[in-house]
Amino acid sequence: MPDLLELTPAGLYCPRGDFYIDPWRRVGRAIITHAHADHARAGSDRYLCAAPGKLVLRTRIGSSAPIDTLPYGESLSINGVEVSLHPAGHVLGSAQVRVSHGGQTWVVTGDYKLEADPTCAAFEPVRCDVFVTESTFGLPVYRWPDPASVAAEINAWWRANRDAGRSSVIFAYALGKAQRVAALLDPSIGPIVAHGAVMKMVEHYRASGVRLPPIDRVPPRARRVGDGRAMVLAPPSAAGSRWLRVFGETSEAMASGWMMLRGVRRRRGFDRGFVVSDHADFPGLMQAIAATGARRVLATHGFADSLARLLRERGLDAAALATKFTGETVGDSGDDDDDESTSVDEGAA
Amino acid sequence: MKQFTDLYWRLDGTTSTNEKVAALRDYFAAAPHDDAAVALGVLSGGRHGRAVSLTLLRQWAADAAGLPAWLLEESYAHVGDLAETIALVLPPPAEEAGDSESSLAACMQSTVQALRQAADDDAKRAIVEAVWRRLAARERIVWHKLLTGGCRVGVSKTLVARALAEVAGLEPAVMAHRLMGRPIETAAQFATLLCPDETEADSQRPYPFFLASPLDADAPSLGDVAEWQAEWKWDGMRAQLVRRGDEAALWSRGEELMNEAFPEIVTAAAAFPAGTVLDGELLAVRDRRLLPFASLSRRASRRRVTKQVLAEIPCVFVAYDLLEAEGEDLRSEPLAHRRALLERMVPHPFDKAIDTGASVSGPPADGHDSGQRFFLSPCITADSWDTLAAARATSRQRGVEGLMLKRKASPYAVGRTRGDWWKWKIEPLEIDAVLLYAQAGHGRRAGLHTDYTLGVWQGDRLVPVAKAYSGLSDAEIVEVDRIVRATTLEKHGPVRVVQPTLVFQLSFEGVSRSTRHKSGVAVRFPRIARWRRDKEPQDAGHLADIERMIEMASSAGATA
Ligand SMILES: [Zn+2]
Ligand SMILES: [Zn+2]
Repeated sequence: MPDLLELTPAGLYCPRGDFYIDPWRRVGRAIITHAHADHARAGSDRYLCAAPGKLVLRTRIGSSAPIDTLPYGESLSINGVEVSLHPAGHVLGSAQVRVSHGGQTWVVTGDYKLEADPTCAAFEPVRCDVFVTESTFGLPVYRWPDPASVAAEINAWWRANRDAGRSSVIFAYALGKAQRVAALLDPSIGPIVAHGAVMKMVEHYRASGVRLPPIDRVPPRARRVGDGRAMVLAPPSAAGSRWLRVFGETSEAMASGWMMLRGVRRRRGFDRGFVVSDHADFPGLMQAIAATGARRVLATHGFADSLARLLRERGLDAAALATKFTGETVGDSGDDDDDESTSVDEGAA
Repeated sequence: MKQFTDLYWRLDGTTSTNEKVAALRDYFAAAPHDDAAVALGVLSGGRHGRAVSLTLLRQWAADAAGLPAWLLEESYAHVGDLAETIALVLPPPAEEAGDSESSLAACMQSTVQALRQAADDDAKRAIVEAVWRRLAARERIVWHKLLTGGCRVGVSKTLVARALAEVAGLEPAVMAHRLMGRPIETAAQFATLLCPDETEADSQRPYPFFLASPLDADAPSLGDVAEWQAEWKWDGMRAQLVRRGDEAALWSRGEELMNEAFPEIVTAAAAFPAGTVLDGELLAVRDRRLLPFASLSRRASRRRVTKQVLAEIPCVFVAYDLLEAEGEDLRSEPLAHRRALLERMVPHPFDKAIDTGASVSGPPADGHDSGQRFFLSPCITADSWDTLAAARATSRQRGVEGLMLKRKASPYAVGRTRGDWWKWKIEPLEIDAVLLYAQAGHGRRAGLHTDYTLGVWQGDRLVPVAKAYSGLSDAEIVEVDRIVRATTLEKHGPVRVVQPTLVFQLSFEGVSRSTRHKSGVAVRFPRIARWRRDKEPQDAGHLADIERMIEMASSAGATA
């Protein structure tokens, strides 16, 4: 029996149903797991995504190409192939794509996490035969701290900065991470303001019914903002930019899973690093893989080779899949694929 | 242990000097003295052997985490720090921390010392696993650093001295002085350290060294040349000679006592009156010629020096400052005044004792070692910056690294206080070289390949000539790292053999022949000046180019 999905130069393709999942070239029909730049590229004829993800996907692809949506858990037949979308817990509207035909079921996760996150629907394990999983943080050194303790750490830092008359700046990806961080903040400490790129996504989140603390846009041509008390949410690309000047003296932090490592924290040179990730940590990957009951696992992103080797040693049929998903990368200088500022035209290349 | 762990992470989490001092001050003010003594030893990089082998630690960690050994190694390659890798892969603690983990001193005693004394590997394993079950990851990292004897947190002795001085209510210089030379190991010794009165007036402790900063501006911007004292920057080892009571002590800049390595200097120092302290440079000189720096390091690395080595590599002390005379601390006096006294104390100018030129080879000629051990670092008289620039241009043929510029009115400060002492070095020697091996860095650059071995052409082969580290921007390092990963031919542990594709401009400050290197040459202080993206490996330099540099250095000297 041929594989239900196969890797083509344009991305992961279902020949039977004639559709792609997160293609990196322009195709006819694209099913999109979530709106991050390494998964959602402009230029395809027609898109399908989970219903809560429509607004952010529209912003990402720009064009007027039709976007079909599907509520989580409902299925649709595409050329006789059964397709359904299930929460991935990554960002607003992120979905695992379940594809089933002729007694064969595949699940493609896109990016996912298992931690509780009030800004998006929680990850839901889906039984399958073949599990295509991300592995951004697929090394055993990555084990996320409890979100409540990270929230306490962030708020304590904010409070200390406020007391010293310094603004607190957290660099976080505009889509997903910034909203998640916002949800961890204690708005009684001071005002929360955001960069325009973050603000646009905050509005989409609010329009989709996600509750976030009050956040103000930084007014254009402002001379001074926040009075040394504010929490500023900015995309990583704003680090070191003139835009930060209006906040006066600042203490700067990065929110990312990579902040787990001392060397990375030091290399990035921020005052603080908070371990907040929208990807699964190593125990999370193991747990998710086991929950699917899949006998075959294909790993994408980051540490695909290591993860596949480990799973093979543990008796699964596992391999790395050479996709163009980049996820968060450890060495980048802030202009991540997961960041909104990155060009979305790469798909044409 | 918790107090010390908090200190470790507080120091780690800031780049601000003031915040580091505040963290240290808070710790030393609050910690019990026995803990503080241990912490002080750890912070000043006190070297004690590993309590347990790293190989065993890795095996046990892999077992405890239920991971194959290769995955632990891959994680280590990614993290770049073994103590951290092991701490992170282990499952979260299953038990509450106990008494043995409560205080740093107790923890050192009941775990680190116990490990050293453990009967066999099984006994060691039981100790290690018990600690792992009780400490959280952030504490485990610190504990591993204690175990493996490498707990560097980027605080200099100067910062520690500043913090302790604040706690004791003393001048930083007094504290820095007290901290030098003598280890602080017990609660009582720590208490003495904080004692408001000077207790050991007759000690042989050196003064903290004053360090020069590289001159990055134009020399004339320093103002009137008449306000400056210019000297050659000797390519030797900085040292301080302390002559007090009936003894003499020779200290390195790293505060190591070098009496055994340089007995002839210490013996000759007896001629100075008690209460004399000289700052200067150790140099190796034979037959009126300066010997290469490598000879001097051979001497410095010896615990005992044989008669033969003494004859092959005779050393001298070239004095450039007088810090104490007749038991009086002169450091706050202006340099001009100290210099005048120094010239009376050490009258023989060093430039009259050597012939500038080629390095020496062959056996020592008898009788040319005058026995004179102490010389005066000569001043270069100049009425303009142009004259000094011209003098500096002769540096390479003289075998010096450039000029030192010292403000005549300056006191002898502590540490690297900018503004009064400048080193005005000559441009380094350069060659384009090809990346052959790359190794993952540790610490700040964990997980990235930052240590490069570079080679040049010898016929149609590339031979390694230097291992270099710094010089590239963070962004370039990331890019090189990607290329290294993509062009790896073989992996040997942390070292990757790469396809030769990248060319870098390699700078160095000296070059000599060497039988210890495959290439037959040894370069000193190599560093990467820049990435030559415009060059292909075939455009890189040849070994013959380096050999020509060696010849030019010798012949230029001979005719000078
Ligand atoms: Zn993503
Ligand atoms: Zn991704």
